[in-house]
Order: sequence, then C-alpha cells, then structure tokens
Amino acid sequence: MEKRATFSAAWIGFGFVLPQILLVFTFFYWPSGAALFWAFTLERPWGGGNEWVGFDNFRQVFADSAYWASIVRSLFFALATTLLSMGSGLLLALSCDRGLKFSLGFRTLFVWPYAIVAPAAALAFRFIFAPDAGIFSMLTKINPEFWNPSQNGYHAMFMVIFCYAWKYTGLCFIFFLAALQAIPRSVIEAAAMDGASATRRIRDIQLPLITPTIFFLIVISITDSFQDSFGIVDVMTDGGPAKATELMVYKIYFDGFRGLDYSGAAAQSIVLMLVMMALTFFQFRFIERRVHYS
Amino acid sequence: MRAKLLITAAAALLAASTAAFSAERIKFEFWHGLTGDLGEAVGEVCKRFNDSQSDYEITCTSQGSYDNALQNAIAAYRAKKNPTIVQIFDVGTLDLLLSDAYVPAHKLMEDNGYKINWDDYIPAISNYYADSKGVLNSFPFNSSTAMFYWNKDAFAKIGKTEAPKTWEEAFDSFKALKAAGYECPMGWNYDPWATMEQFSAIHNIPVATKANGYQGLDAELVMSKGKFVQFVKDLKKAYDDGQVKIKTPATGETIVQAFANGNCQVILTSIGDHGTVGKTQKPDLHWDVAYLPVYAGTERKNSLVGGASLWALKGKSADEYKGAAAFFNFLAKPESALFWSTRTGYVPVTKSGFEFMKAQGFYNNAPYKGREVAIASLNASPVTELTRGLRLGNMVQIRKETVDTLTDIFANKVSVDEGLASLNDRANALLRKFEKTYAGVQLP
Repeated sequence: MEKRATFSAAWIGFGFVLPQILLVFTFFYWPSGAALFWAFTLERPWGGGNEWVGFDNFRQVFADSAYWASIVRSLFFALATTLLSMGSGLLLALSCDRGLKFSLGFRTLFVWPYAIVAPAAALAFRFIFAPDAGIFSMLTKINPEFWNPSQNGYHAMFMVIFCYAWKYTGLCFIFFLAALQAIPRSVIEAAAMDGASATRRIRDIQLPLITPTIFFLIVISITDSFQDSFGIVDVMTDGGPAKATELMVYKIYFDGFRGLDYSGAAAQSIVLMLVMMALTFFQFRFIERRVHYS
Repeated sequence: MRAKLLITAAAALLAASTAAFSAERIKFEFWHGLTGDLGEAVGEVCKRFNDSQSDYEITCTSQGSYDNALQNAIAAYRAKKNPTIVQIFDVGTLDLLLSDAYVPAHKLMEDNGYKINWDDYIPAISNYYADSKGVLNSFPFNSSTAMFYWNKDAFAKIGKTEAPKTWEEAFDSFKALKAAGYECPMGWNYDPWATMEQFSAIHNIPVATKANGYQGLDAELVMSKGKFVQFVKDLKKAYDDGQVKIKTPATGETIVQAFANGNCQVILTSIGDHGTVGKTQKPDLHWDVAYLPVYAGTERKNSLVGGASLWALKGKSADEYKGAAAFFNFLAKPESALFWSTRTGYVPVTKSGFEFMKAQGFYNNAPYKGREVAIASLNASPVTELTRGLRLGNMVQIRKETVDTLTDIFANKVSVDEGLASLNDRANALLRKFEKTYAGVQLP
C-alpha cells in the first residue's frame, strides 16, 4: 500500500509552481529577452522605431579598445576585491572564533559595513581619500605624486577596490564565522591536546572543513563585484580619471542611462552576462573539485 | 456613541465635498530635475501658479537630477504614464526633438488660444532650442551662461581693478597672482561646457561641421585644430607652472567652493552659481563676474546658453493641455521672471522679463548686482550659425570623452594634438552611431 501522499494530476504541481514561474518570467526572462532584442537593433530612447542591425552593436563594442580595457579592469577588480574582502573577512572570523577579548562586540561591529548602502560608503571614502581635504591629503602635502586619485588612475583604482572590499568584508566575515562555529569543538580540542598549534589547526582542520563556504563566497563575491560596483564607482570617481576606474557595469550604466544609448548598453550587458556565466562555469568545473562536502 | 457616529459622518461628508471641490480643478503633473534649494524654488513657482487661478492645479515633482528626470520621463512615456510637462536639460533636447513624443510649444499655445510673442525671447536662448525653421518646440526655462568669476582683492594686489578681457591678459594675471603668493590663481574642473563649448561660441569657431549639427545629423566634430589647440596648450602650460589647479569633487573641493572660500582667485562657471557663491562666501571676500576672456584680435560673439527647457509630452487629455498652456503663459509673465531670477541665479529668458527686472531695480544692489553681465554676454552679438549652440547626438558621451581626453592631456599621458585628434575620432564614432539610430528621420 502506498503511504506517501502523492498528487496524481500534474496540473496541481504546475499550479503550485506557477506563481514562482510568473515571477521569474516577469523579472528575469522578460527583461533579459528585451535586452537581447535591443542588442540586435538600434533602439530610439523615446520609442518610435528600431532598426534590425544584426551583430553591429557587438562589433562596435568589441572594436573599441576602451571596452577591452574595461573588461580587463573588471576582471582585475573582481580578483582584487574578492581576495581582499575574503582574506580580511577570514582573518577577522578566525580571531573572533578563537574567543579573543571583546570578540562578542566585534562580532556585531564587523557586519555593519555590509549594511551601509554603497553610495553612502563611497561618499565617506571619497572624503577620506580626497587629496585636498581628507586624511590622505597628508601624503599629497609631502609630494603630490604620492597620492592623487583625481589624476592618477592607479590611485583611483586602489581607492575603489579598498572601499568595495571594506564593504564586503562584513559579508565574508559573517559567513566564515558561521562556518567556523559549525565545526565540532571536539575536533579542534582533540587537535589542541595532541599539541597542534593554532596555525596548524587552522591549516589542517578549520580551513579544509569550511571549503564549501570558501567556494560559495568566491562565487558570490566575483559575481557581485561585477554587478554591485557601479554605485561606488559612480560616487567616488565617475569612472575617471580618464576611464581608469570604468568597470563594465559602470560603462553599461553610463551609456544606457546617462547617454541614452540603449542598444549599445544592451549589447554590453549581454557580454557581461556571458562573461559572468563563463566565470561561474569555470569555478564550478575546476575549483569545486577541491571542495569537500562532509 | 450616536454623537460620535454623527461626527464621523459629517467629517466624511466634508471630506467628500472638499474632494469634489478640488476635483473641479484640472490636475496635471510636472516633472523636473532640480533639487535642494533650486527644487524648492520650482515648488514655489508651482504654488504661485496654483494660487493665481482656480481652474488648474499643477503637481510638481523633483526627479532628483536632470539625468533622472530624462530617464524617468522616457520610462513613463513608454509605459504611457508620463507627466504632462517635463523639464529636459539642454543636451537632452535633440533626442526628444527627433521623436514623436511631444506637443510642439507653439501648437500647444495656439490650440489653447494663447498668443505668445515668440520674438520676446532672448535670441541666444530661443535659437538654442528652436528647430531649423526657427520655431520653438519647448519653452526655455532655467537658463544660464558661463562667466569669469574673479576675486577683486587678489587682483588688486597685482594692480588690477578690472577683469582681464583677453586670454593673454588672463594668463599674465595668473602668473602675477602666483608670484604674489596665491596658491591657486585659477581653479578648473575640465568642464567642457564652461570652457570648450563657450570658447567656441565667443570665438565664433565650430565645434562640429553642419553649423554645429543644426543643419543635419551627419555633422562631424572638428575640435582638433585652430584656437582650441592653442587654448588647451596655454591652459596646460599654466597648469604645469602651477597657475591652474584642478578642483573637482574627487580632489575634495569643487571650483565653486574653492572660489567662495578664497582658495582660488578665478573660476569659469555658470551664472547659476552666482547665488551659491554669494551665500557661501568667506565674509570679507570681494568678487565679481565678467565676460569670459577671448584671445586678442577676436571679435567677441555671444556666449552659449545652458540649462533646460519645458516640454509638453503627448498622450494627455485636452483639459490637461489647457492647464499646461496656462502654466506656460504664467511663466512667460515678467513678474514670474522676476520671482524666478530673484529666487535662483538663473537669467530671465525674455526681453520683457529683463526690462521689468531692470525697471524694478533688481540689478542695482548686492547680491544681485553683476548678474546683468550674463544677459549682456548672451546679447554680445547677433546670434551666428556657430553661436546658437550644439545640436549633436550622444552629447553626454561626447562631453565625457572630452573630460577624459583633457584629463589624459593634463596628466601628461598624451600630447595636446594627439589627445584632441583621438577625441575627434571617438566623438565621430558616437555621432555616426546616433545618425544610424535615427536613419530616415529628418532633423526638424
């Protein structure tokens, strides 16, 4: 006798998923479809006609050396912010997990940056890093060459990376801490009784046991850094000086929303989507192998 | 209990009747892009209109910025939920002009029985927004032009009581100011409008072919030759000698702040900042505004208008258009000009408005004294083909490319000639793309 409750008719099941499908369709497939269509046409902002141009928009985007530079820049930004935010997040989480002094307070404090909206954080950092007014102006006063993000592209990029990583450290911290606390104390205590030092315990027990979290954070951080960076760039540098901080997503925003070049922006977002899909595929294919799910 | 019920019923009745009363007024919406003090000033204009008559009620909503006002209006228009009136900034004019989304200003007024004296508009302002037949499709609203702001105290120290009239004199003054110990003789922010575009108009040299784009979408940028090159080279030299300093939000201080607190002795910016400087200046600062300098031997032409105009968008009821026409008619009155220019730093857009303000003694005393120079600058000559303005597609991107190029030049990454040449190429690619987007559309 069948004891499990099953629904014989397929339409009941379909009925249950229908709201979800509708949501996904309205907020994902439909806009993506529209972007795909616009990428192959020349769309007039106020409507009233669009012409099919095939791959012209893509050709134009790829023919622009500034666009290639923005792809390289975005990859570098993703790598740098992911390393920086995950590294510092992990360090803070390990310290908190060890129950050092005041760690209970810090546990709350370290998450705060993530709760601050990007433009607000960017505004604060713009002031801190301003060569004429902020804390860093001490460097500028010694020699203008030392610190001038308004003209030196490397300085500006550092500033944007730092601000973004600062904000995302909080997110990494909370995930790492949760993962570390999920490790049974007995394992760590046993290792300690065997004479393993703190660093040894981190290397051989804690890190291997939190690899699923590390992998998850890598995927999330890289994906987010491609999408979520534009607010910070917009407030801190406007993509400048001379495009030095123009990331792919900022260029999409600028061309599409400020410049009303809907088709060029649509083509760029298709490229961005493909780049992100390729990166995620790569991560699942090659990095996930090293992950041990218990 | 019963008394309470009665009171509630009475209140409900009252609410219903007031609702019915206000429903008699035709309501329509106006979206604008001004914020802060300027946004409040627009709100006051709307209130004045609502109080001045009882047939219409305008609701004015700030969209946060010019960019947002444009983007939101487009999104709303495409969803058929647009406001009746929208404020579109100068460089957004062309996209809207080429579309089918607006009711032409002159048609709106004729249909609703208003007679507007179109010749009353100051030529430098009306020509900017007019189409090739000289007809206005939108109403010039907040208008300004760029000025030379100079610190009288600093110039007195180098023995000057007047602002420099030529760039030669100006660069000499910067040198003298530097020698007199001023850290920042001129503050600059790469602004293409206040420097490059204004420079082209007052020197009567083209930014682009086809009369700066007014005669066709196939115009090409021509900024890599002649006086532009000399101007950028001279600025660069002054910068290298420490006489010009970069002041942007990224450096921690805008040019207007740097001027108001006395750090920089000269800036080039909109007359719209006249009020801000006055309100935020250091207490004992003596300053004034003057014409932008020209190179010696140049016959000065009128400077360019900047700002925004008001458009009536399609898809509204006849009643709402009646309201919009009444609002535009209200704005065209000299009294409205006086209120608007007193409250903000913008110039009056009509001759009668300017005359009225003069007659009221508006320009005689501080803090408004000096603002008449902006009108004089706009009226410096009859408007020529090259001083109307710029009617170029993808202008927002072209301006950004200009800023990027200037940044590269000033950071010694490219030479002036190379930089301006590559700016030309990049701008032309943008212009061709725009032309293709509107293939088959005649520039009105």
